[in-house]
Amino acid sequence: MSAFSDELLSPVAEAEGVETSVLSGTGMYIPWLRKQMDMVVTGGKKKDFAQTTSACLALIQEALLKHQWQKAAEYMHSYFQTLEDTDTNKRQAAPEIIWRLGSEILYYHPKSNVETFGTFADRMKNIGVMNYLKISLQHALYLLHHGMLEDANRNLSQAETWRYGEKSSSQEILINFIQAYKGLLQYYTWSKKKMELSKLDEDDYAYSTATQNMLNHSWKTSVNLSALIKVPGVWDPFVKSYVEMLEFYGDQDGAREILTNYAYDEKFPANPNAHVYLYNFLKREKAPRDKLISVLKILYQIVPSHQLMLEFHRILRSSDKEEHRKLGLEVLFAILDFSGCTKNITAWKYLAKYLKETLMGHHLAWVQEEWNSRKNWWPNFHFSYFWAKSDWMEDKALACEKALVAGILLGKGCRYFRYVSKQGHQILRKKIKQMNKSVKRHSIVNPGL
Amino acid sequence: MDLEEAREFKERCTQCAAVSWGLTDEGKYYCTSCHNVTERTREVINTGAIPNTKIQAINRGLKKKRKLEKGWDWYVCEGFQHILCQQAEALKALGVGPELKNEVLHKFWKRYLQKSRQAYCKNPIYTSRRKATVLEDHLSHSDWDSEPVLLRDVSLPCVESGAESQSDVNMQKPFPAIKASQSETGSVCSGSLDGVEYSRRKEKGMVKMTVPKTLAFCYLSLLWQRETVTLSDLLRFVEEGHIPYINTFQHFPEEMKLYGRDKGIFATESWPSYEDIYKKMIEVATFLDLPRFPDITEDCCLHPNILCMKYLMEVNLPDEMHTLTCQVVQITGMGERDFLTFDPIAKVAKTVKYDVQAVAIIVVVLKLLFLLDDNLEWSLSNLAGKHNENHKEDKPWFDFRRWYQVMKKAVDEKKQKWEEARAKYLWKSEKPLYYSSIDRSVVYKRREMVVNLQKQFSLLADSTPTIENKRPSSFQFNWTEEDPGRTCFHGHSLQGILKKKGQSLTTKNSLYWLSTQRFCRSYCKHVTTYEESNYSLSYQFILNLFSFLLRIKASFLHEEVSLIEKRLFKSRYSKPKKKSSRSKKVRRQ
Repeated sequence: MSAFSDELLSPVAEAEGVETSVLSGTGMYIPWLRKQMDMVVTGGKKKDFAQTTSACLALIQEALLKHQWQKAAEYMHSYFQTLEDTDTNKRQAAPEIIWRLGSEILYYHPKSNVETFGTFADRMKNIGVMNYLKISLQHALYLLHHGMLEDANRNLSQAETWRYGEKSSSQEILINFIQAYKGLLQYYTWSKKKMELSKLDEDDYAYSTATQNMLNHSWKTSVNLSALIKVPGVWDPFVKSYVEMLEFYGDQDGAREILTNYAYDEKFPANPNAHVYLYNFLKREKAPRDKLISVLKILYQIVPSHQLMLEFHRILRSSDKEEHRKLGLEVLFAILDFSGCTKNITAWKYLAKYLKETLMGHHLAWVQEEWNSRKNWWPNFHFSYFWAKSDWMEDKALACEKALVAGILLGKGCRYFRYVSKQGHQILRKKIKQMNKSVKRHSIVNPGL
Repeated sequence: MDLEEAREFKERCTQCAAVSWGLTDEGKYYCTSCHNVTERTREVINTGAIPNTKIQAINRGLKKKRKLEKGWDWYVCEGFQHILCQQAEALKALGVGPELKNEVLHKFWKRYLQKSRQAYCKNPIYTSRRKATVLEDHLSHSDWDSEPVLLRDVSLPCVESGAESQSDVNMQKPFPAIKASQSETGSVCSGSLDGVEYSRRKEKGMVKMTVPKTLAFCYLSLLWQRETVTLSDLLRFVEEGHIPYINTFQHFPEEMKLYGRDKGIFATESWPSYEDIYKKMIEVATFLDLPRFPDITEDCCLHPNILCMKYLMEVNLPDEMHTLTCQVVQITGMGERDFLTFDPIAKVAKTVKYDVQAVAIIVVVLKLLFLLDDNLEWSLSNLAGKHNENHKEDKPWFDFRRWYQVMKKAVDEKKQKWEEARAKYLWKSEKPLYYSSIDRSVVYKRREMVVNLQKQFSLLADSTPTIENKRPSSFQFNWTEEDPGRTCFHGHSLQGILKKKGQSLTTKNSLYWLSTQRFCRSYCKHVTTYEESNYSLSYQFILNLFSFLLRIKASFLHEEVSLIEKRLFKSRYSKPKKKSSRSKKVRRQ
């Protein structure tokens, strides 16, 4: 129970919790929803009040896990008395616990609706000051889930103007949050307007008013968004929409600065998306190849299996520098290390082609360097008899590409290559013949053969 | 916005609990720390007529007269008297003889007031001048008795003439004089006149009243009347809400205001525990200097033979076991009058825990019959099962395994329901208590919030309310032949477990193991320790079953079992030779 309250009192955990709930999109996010049946009385005699309420909490959590909303509501009825706990610490932690449990119940309960949720949220907002902003924000999110954008916006505006006296400073991050969500909503309207605008004729009378309208919106939005994204954190949706607006109004420098900061500032947590956004922006800007490579290099280090890696390979392949070309091979091998990518035909095609190219360019050492660390597990991972059979069944083109790679890396005797080359399919005959030939010429196993 | 002017408003903010108020333009108070605006306005006397004149004449002193909070003058002991009165009424409603309230409990209470020198004595600790009037006043207000109590004969039939003289002796001792002025300012920190004084009072030999002690009083009177209600029954009724105990203060008369120190005295957030009340009962009886209680004879419901029968029925064991329990009672001498009767003025005041003891006797008998070593009971069950298969017409033999299955299921269900009911228990009273008057509005606001939230969520709970208002009963289980899940074993025979030996029957099983070999003699007051894992599973099951029934700790019952074994196998314990094996051969005589 005490660890539980501590968790609630740390604002950072809370901030991230809210963020995740946006991305997951399924219901309210309750980070500590776990079973904790600590009914054992430890130490001195606990009051029965404390004992029964903690048992009650455990029962509510159990009911929530089992999706028994009515039962949970029934226990909730008793749990409200923790608001009157004589233990000050527990009493102060109670509103937040109750809000989380209650909002979860009301989110799913069949008899609940927007009004019930609203009443509950309004009540909880006014029990103690410390939860007002958090609850307002979550209430707004709830309204968003139900498509009530205007109500959500109104809610956020109301929360934004709420003041706490001395207590404001500790809640600054939350105010930033609320403003950012407001900004996000404004972005949504802006984006809709943009769509409308694209349908209008430039000479149309309505065009100029519409642009004016958009400009107004974007200004407000940028004010709302910019405060939050300066604070270290993961702010993908906010950054993305902010950049889109900046770009639309031609503020390329501003956009670049924000994205660079978001990707490179060390105070921010490592975030692959930050690099993806920066890369896409630079690509749109037609930035020089070296710059693109340097961005993707970092992404490669964080997520070697990212879908952009094939594109990365293409850029590296066409580079003049030796080290880039070597990296190109490395990237391909790294992609195929992941089980999610084993059936990626493009990757295999690239690898087959690039292996041939590399070997023709007399860079056997590069290939061997990559292969050495993989030769004791790739044969079973990719080139087993089982895979040969199933790949052939499912996708003959894939099987051919893989067989070619297998032949080059393992020699003609390998199971995968033998199986595929023996199939002698009518249409693929020519291809297989070609494959045989290239294997003979390039295989690294027996170069003399 | 004039902060200066708002100084008079001293209540806590309902939002952030700060006391820092400003005035809005409309004359409403707002909290300077959280900007919450109250509905309270300054009382402004409208000077009318001339517009544009600053309204200056302000009624100073916002509700200065706290007359709202000023109820009757009352003393803490009156509060307890109200509680006792409620409890006595509840006991009467449960079917306890009507004499209990007026003849017994009332006299015990009077004796308590006398012994603690709060009333009925020549030199009460309160200023006598005020006291007399107040007491008279309150007693006539309470519905305790219609006739003026003070005029009645103070000495009880059971009270030796010592009462009067004793207080005379006490009189010589100097007591801290209580300022008379207290009555005027008494309501500053407590609603009662002497709440502050009372909670400070610490005198040697004085037994201060507490809410749990009201139950000690109730039990003492039940015991005096030799009523069928045992201590565990009483506490169970309390928990089930048949006897007022928690938040009893909310039924005090409207004019008896409680706050401040009264909260610590009258608010409880725990149910009474057996051990605690048992101890308090002896403490109170000794303090009251009560004489020997009426004898517990064989025809009395608290006699082990009768209680054993009751508990055998309750836990669904064969009636035939009763002869065995009677034998154990006889051998150990636990049925003797002197053993059973409570005598507070004996050297070491000690009373029998009738219910725990009866249950412990049954455990001993079960051990005699089945050994409970996780082995013999099951092989005996196999025999009984086979016999019952082959002789379906006959009276069935008692099959321990089937009994276990039925009981396990029934107890687990009951336990779960019990735990759920406890988790749902609402502790807080409708009339919230607060420490000081500036907390008042916060506390009331919070109460209102809770009520509103509860209202909202009760609509979302199951439409069929499961609150089956249970009728009070001394039995918790109900066994019938019809329902296979609640098979009744009362009529089953012990044949197959007993064998004929000469003229009498003895148990087939000739072994026995003692729960404890050594008794603790140190000051920890534990007779012996109970480490669950050291004992067989069947023994654990049986202890848990019975301890759940009485709502006591398993270790508490284990202690009692050990004590009975000590009496039953006296020779084993008195031998100085140390026994190495836990299992001992014991012949049933």
